[in-house]
Amino acid sequence: MDTIAKLDEVKTTPWSGGRSPFSVEYGKLMMWFFLLSDAFTFSAFLIYYGAQRFSKFTWPDPDLVFQSIPGITDSGAPLVFVGIMTFILIMSSVTMVLAVEAGHRNSKKEVVWWMIATIIGGFMFLGCQALEWSHLHHEGFWWGTIPNAETIKELGADGVSAQQFSNLFFTITGFHGFHVFSGVMINIIILIMTLVGVFERRGHYLMVEKVGLYWHFVDLVWVFVFTFFYLV
Amino acid sequence: MSSENTNLEHAGEHETMSKSRIWKVFFILLAITVVEFIIALAIPDTILPHGVKNFLYVALTLIKAYYIVAFFMHLKFEKYALIVGLLVSFIFIIYFIVLMLTEGDYMNSHMNV
Repeated sequence: MDTIAKLDEVKTTPWSGGRSPFSVEYGKLMMWFFLLSDAFTFSAFLIYYGAQRFSKFTWPDPDLVFQSIPGITDSGAPLVFVGIMTFILIMSSVTMVLAVEAGHRNSKKEVVWWMIATIIGGFMFLGCQALEWSHLHHEGFWWGTIPNAETIKELGADGVSAQQFSNLFFTITGFHGFHVFSGVMINIIILIMTLVGVFERRGHYLMVEKVGLYWHFVDLVWVFVFTFFYLV
Repeated sequence: MSSENTNLEHAGEHETMSKSRIWKVFFILLAITVVEFIIALAIPDTILPHGVKNFLYVALTLIKAYYIVAFFMHLKFEKYALIVGLLVSFIFIIYFIVLMLTEGDYMNSHMNV
């Protein structure tokens, strides 16, 4: 009797199968695994960019390429516009954590407001990125296209390095922008689910947390894109 | 099972990310970004060589990444096994960086003739 009773006993130590060793909910763990794989994708892009830049004698000077503020000035303001974009994204990250925090207190009303703020931040960032893209496009940059030789020379680059810069800039910021776009869409879905009371009935707001992880990851990637495209 | 996990998580989280802490992390991130701007715009290359500046940018970026992952993504308060399991994978990225920079250096000396 004793042996069988022992076999039937539920094991309780973390790694013997009795309970979750990470004590993280399943969906949240899967989100972390997804983000890890996404981190590898973005690293591959950025490391390729680094290798290309490292292999060239010249490279367009970021202070000269990015020196306009759409609607205000066309030149002489390096980093200002991208500074605004960075601020918007960090700010929307903060409103996202505040939504998660409100979720812990099961305060539906606060979750709704902070989610709306996060979504607005996401749309503002996307709008800024659209302006940045269209400005560079008017200058003559696009996939496979660069401005005339004189302009390229003024930027401190040559034809090959300018083309590499242009292709990589649109590919990497485009891939990031698409992440922001899908993040905003997911945030809207979560907002609707909150409004109709799905999480209230479920008794917890863990979905907000999982989406929050994704949203912070997008912010995290932007921190690196900002450094390697605009500062270095 | 899932409700049990929910309780476990909630127990640890209530104290860890209060509103004041969230704003504190926000101001740290903002301050680091401002420092990056000062280095980029206010300090000429003659005082601080471009190479040193780049090193500072990368270091400051990694600090920002730490604050986002540790506090906003809440990783600092997860189980040790999860933290280590996720971070160890980044060895591959570091290895990849080393490989590709070596490659870039090779191309620099052989293709730009």
